[in-house]
Amino acid sequence: MSLLVPLFVILPLLGAAFTLLLGHRNRAQVAVSVVTLTATFVLAVVMLVAVDLGTPLAVSVGGWPLPFGIVLYVDRLAAMLVAVSSVVLLAVLLFSIGQGAADGDEDTPISIFHPSYLLLAAGIFDAFIAGDLFNLYVGFEILLVASYVLITLGSTESRIRTGTVYIVVSLVSSIIFLSAIAVIYGALGTVNMAQIAERMDEIPPNVQMMLHILLLLGFAIKAAVFPLSFWLPDSYPTAPAPVTAVFAGLLTKVGVYAIIRTETQMFGASDLNVVLAIVAVATMVVGILGAIAQAELKRILSFTLVSHVGYMIFGIAIATEAAVGATVYYMVHHIVVQTTLFLAVGLIERFAGSTSIIRVKGLMKASPLIAALYFIPALNLGGLPPFSGFIGKFALFDAAVDVNTPIMWVAIAAGVLTSLLTLYALMRAWNLAFWRAKDDSADAETEARFGYLVAAPAADEQGERRAIPRVMTGAALGMVAVTIGLTVFAGPLYEVCERIGESLLQPISLVELESVEQGS
Amino acid sequence: MTVSASLVVVMAVLYALGVYSMLERSLTRVLIGFLLLGNATNLLLLIVMGFPGVSPFHGEEGATSDPLPQALMLTAIVITFAVSAFLLALIYRSWQLGEADTVVDDEVDIALRERAEETEDVLDVEEEDAEEEDEETTDFADGAVDPVTAVTDVVRDDRKEDRS
Repeated sequence: MSLLVPLFVILPLLGAAFTLLLGHRNRAQVAVSVVTLTATFVLAVVMLVAVDLGTPLAVSVGGWPLPFGIVLYVDRLAAMLVAVSSVVLLAVLLFSIGQGAADGDEDTPISIFHPSYLLLAAGIFDAFIAGDLFNLYVGFEILLVASYVLITLGSTESRIRTGTVYIVVSLVSSIIFLSAIAVIYGALGTVNMAQIAERMDEIPPNVQMMLHILLLLGFAIKAAVFPLSFWLPDSYPTAPAPVTAVFAGLLTKVGVYAIIRTETQMFGASDLNVVLAIVAVATMVVGILGAIAQAELKRILSFTLVSHVGYMIFGIAIATEAAVGATVYYMVHHIVVQTTLFLAVGLIERFAGSTSIIRVKGLMKASPLIAALYFIPALNLGGLPPFSGFIGKFALFDAAVDVNTPIMWVAIAAGVLTSLLTLYALMRAWNLAFWRAKDDSADAETEARFGYLVAAPAADEQGERRAIPRVMTGAALGMVAVTIGLTVFAGPLYEVCERIGESLLQPISLVELESVEQGS
Repeated sequence: MTVSASLVVVMAVLYALGVYSMLERSLTRVLIGFLLLGNATNLLLLIVMGFPGVSPFHGEEGATSDPLPQALMLTAIVITFAVSAFLLALIYRSWQLGEADTVVDDEVDIALRERAEETEDVLDVEEEDAEEEDEETTDFADGAVDPVTAVTDVVRDDRKEDRS
């Protein structure tokens, strides 16, 4: 069974190499990418079931003895996130194939899209299954370099401009992360996460705190945690719709995953929970206030993305078993729902020729299907019962009430407020873009009421309407079905998340890791 | 663990210079800053390795140095190399498009800022001056006509031929 583990990196890397070789044959490229990601999806589901029923899996790469070699380690958390991201990666790939086939190769250089996309997949999987800090760094670098290519795809002026911000900020976060690894190695003499946890008690608490903060700083930039989040709404909206969708769903979550590992496994002893709770409150509230000031759907969604990262940081700050379980459930929910919303906006962009909620109107009548594809995940993100957003938020608040400190109550209040404001921002977009009649005679009145939005220009004007291929709608429909699935099967899914929470707070020791590695 | 003081000083200076040049708006200087920061971090890895100048695998008992940071450094150097190649391409493309290699503010941010200024009825003259200066910050010569027009034309022609 443990032979499965390296395949999650090997398969996408091989796929990337093949698609690069097949650069001039679009169909062959599409076939290779779809087969690769379908295979990883099937493997991920098998691995999730195996790990949940049995023991964690560990593989030391190249047969080096354990503390020295690179170790790949899959526990329930890693298996769950690998499974969810393989679903998202596959759906977005199908969506972008549909879009590419309809646009032709005129302005999307499709030949470089597939290799970069598969490299991105390899980087994401590698980050999730890394058992040592340096391999985590390498995983981050693989996915970041692939994302640099994807965010500047086509290298138009606006994409170069916004991509530059993203790239420079990511470079700084990588340097901070690498410096943190160097200092941790200097202090503890290891980069293996299990061994780091064991040796942590041997160094003075203030040194622990310094290492902890340095590492968190690097991850917080990647996860877009306030006040390190301002790069995200500037850079995401200009990229092509499928690229934005997969970035929004997965890249920030890799940062959140790294923060979870840091807090629960490596630095369980050094306590930054109050700081994290304050930062979480600021992330939630400032992010959602940004969303309200925007008139363009992609920007609104980018700001809600920042704001909802706050919920996950809040969950990490509570730091009980129930809270960690709830955080993981919220993460799974948010990966799927945020991606779905961006895919729906991609459809709106093609159908209406714009994503500005001032310009677009009458979509409800023109295309009820797109309306449904936007409405369901929007309610879900806003946290209305019975959707998974409600379940995740309720579980988080429930865990916070059990802790019962003043800062927890402040955070709960901020969480409820953010949830309502998310609903407000998304439903205002619904009212203007979908619900408004096409020949809205009260245009002047609307403009007067939302005049403050007119000043915020839509960044990437497409200007023309284009046909929507069935594959795109199909991919978006599939993702909406997954979001509903998260609600319908919330019971069993939440039980898995609870087990994740239990196992995360009892970090694995090096001896256990060795026995797992030999056993599997 | 013994540490060479001169290495620490060099590392600190590299970090300081790197951060300073990354704060510039010119992308070329950002690249230089990134290279300095990358080298500073590599030096940091070298410092945590322990006493310098000892061979990693072969040597007298107790006088060998730790090979792991060297492996980490090699990986970090390769990654820095690849990323700086990408940054160079990005700078070149930015120069092709706008005859400048500066980082520009987000359009919507500018719009929001201007709106805030309008509503407050305050016009901050100093800030406008600062913005104008920023636009001029480029390491390429003033008023130079795009020197690479001919090259890009050829490249674009090639691309068309490929497609047809």
